[in-house]
Amino acid sequence: MTALLPRRGIAQILALIVILAVDRVVSPQFFDLRLQDGRLFGSLIDVLNRGTPVALLSLGMVLVIATRGIDLSVGAVMAICGAIAASLADSHGLPMVLAAALGAGLVCGLWNGFLVAVLGMQPIVATLILMVAGRGIAQLITEGRIVTFSSPDLVWLGNGSVLSLPVPVVIALGMLILTGAVVRGSALGLLIEATGGNARASELAGVGTRAMILSVYVWCGVCAALAGVIAAADIMGADANNAGLWLELDAILAVVIGGTSLFGGRFSLVLAVLGALIIQTMNTGILLSGYPPEFNLLVKAVVVLAVLLLQSPKFSGLAAIAAPLRRTKA
Amino acid sequence: MTPKVLFAASAMAALLLALPASAGQLTIGFSQIGSESGWRAAETSVSKQEAAKRQVNLKIADAQQKQENQIKAIRSFIAQNVDAIFLAPVVSTGWESVLKEAKEAKIPVVLLDRDIDPSGKDLYLTAVTSDSVHEGEVAGDWLAKTVGTKACNIVELQGTVGASVAANRKKGFDTAIAKHANLKVVRSQTGDFTRAKGKEVMESFIKAEGGGKSICAVYAHNDDMMVGAIQAMKEAGLKPGKEILTVSIDAVPDIFKAMAAGEANATVELTPNMAGPALDAIAAFKDKGTVPPKWIQTESKLYTAADDPQKIYDSKKGLGY
Repeated sequence: MTALLPRRGIAQILALIVILAVDRVVSPQFFDLRLQDGRLFGSLIDVLNRGTPVALLSLGMVLVIATRGIDLSVGAVMAICGAIAASLADSHGLPMVLAAALGAGLVCGLWNGFLVAVLGMQPIVATLILMVAGRGIAQLITEGRIVTFSSPDLVWLGNGSVLSLPVPVVIALGMLILTGAVVRGSALGLLIEATGGNARASELAGVGTRAMILSVYVWCGVCAALAGVIAAADIMGADANNAGLWLELDAILAVVIGGTSLFGGRFSLVLAVLGALIIQTMNTGILLSGYPPEFNLLVKAVVVLAVLLLQSPKFSGLAAIAAPLRRTKA
Repeated sequence: MTPKVLFAASAMAALLLALPASAGQLTIGFSQIGSESGWRAAETSVSKQEAAKRQVNLKIADAQQKQENQIKAIRSFIAQNVDAIFLAPVVSTGWESVLKEAKEAKIPVVLLDRDIDPSGKDLYLTAVTSDSVHEGEVAGDWLAKTVGTKACNIVELQGTVGASVAANRKKGFDTAIAKHANLKVVRSQTGDFTRAKGKEVMESFIKAEGGGKSICAVYAHNDDMMVGAIQAMKEAGLKPGKEILTVSIDAVPDIFKAMAAGEANATVELTPNMAGPALDAIAAFKDKGTVPPKWIQTESKLYTAADDPQKIYDSKKGLGY
């Protein structure tokens, strides 16, 4: 995979560099870094830190999409698991809190996987059920209020630092390495791609497609749970109405920017995470720019369009045709 | 059950229902929107308290954010022949026919917290609402008074783009500080009324304003964003409440906790007590026939660290915010 990265990831890396350069223009101190209370401090760190929830979501989402599925429920799962973590934080130890939250994410993933793999529902509809119901479940857990906590262990998970890096960033990196090791260190990745490429042919060839599909939704649920715990730890409270709201769309966007097709098949974990970073680099840049907030979504749409055009084979074909024309004119 | 027994039973039931009313107790139906926010939950619990204080029988119908449920609730209140109806309208239009039914049944309607379309003006007795432009003004006036004559760079955390409350709170604040040339809003960005976005946006403000050293005050359109912003300032090694002044709106319990810790300076209350003034207006209307003004504006009270924030926090935290 690493050998393939430079060739496949060229458009994404280029996009990231261009957006970083634009950020440097709108905000001259963008690359400044200093130590603050033993933790690196600067806009670049903000990008990594704020990009963590979407990066984690995209790690699960990219596997689901590789099987030709989609998971719309990740935002709601974040809210549920954040609510569980916040409710337990002050009365239980961190291991128990994490086990409960991640366990809930696992159950949510199992539910989605069951609907898709066993009952054969369309993924977009099957996960829509939990997307709608999940936020209600989270609101039931928090009783509609923002549940705050002061447990230093859980707060550390959101605001602490390891080797001067924010803990969420380290967790996301760890999850990327773990997921990569599991799916690329074995034939699992290939089997997932096969399932997405042609489920029937794979089934006939002896791939346990049902188990594949079930397990990617479970993994997606666990990743969302982790993102939810981090989001709650970050603000020292669980906001069931807003935690993870619309982040499922950002996660899908990150996967698509990372070059994985919504029609399933070949996928790249690293590029999906890079996609999440591209989105966050843009968001942070918009916040730093000082433009009126009415422009936020417009700017985001234009940049996303540009990044996707960069990747489009038709568009680069057009560019290739246009290049010699321009040369002859000159 | 023979028809006779049934008749006797229903007559007794009717008598029981009629008894409180004959004893001079008012029965009021309240069509509440639902549990859309912590503030809404607090409004419901304060309404119950205020009704109990005045020995009013308050029947609350939860509409789960749906207008059709509110219309159904109002029709059932009319059928029960209540003395008055309180309505917190989920949307501003579509109330004509059901409010006309209430008018024909001679049941006065009081709007709480939100207004309806002006075309329905003569269909209700009065509206008890807060003036969100005024809330922004109170916040701006406090800041101007506190800062005095020294130059002050303000950063603003706006509410959701397109929300009328956000636009009004911005307008009121801008009007208040326009009179003072030393006050200037240097950055303004939306934090979507949430803690997480408030924190993220404040982080970027701090970086954009040279590590936050040039920021003199933060104004947030609600307390939740301010709670997030306070965390961002602390993580950046700044001292909110001391180096950087804070003023926000709503007066939710958590901002009082921050105030008690010396990390927040002021908040303007959006009072959850809309039912109190409404109940007083109805009582006066029923007893003496006093027609209240068309709009009863609730007080936008300013709270600062001088108001014993810990005590207010303790009194507010049980209200369901």
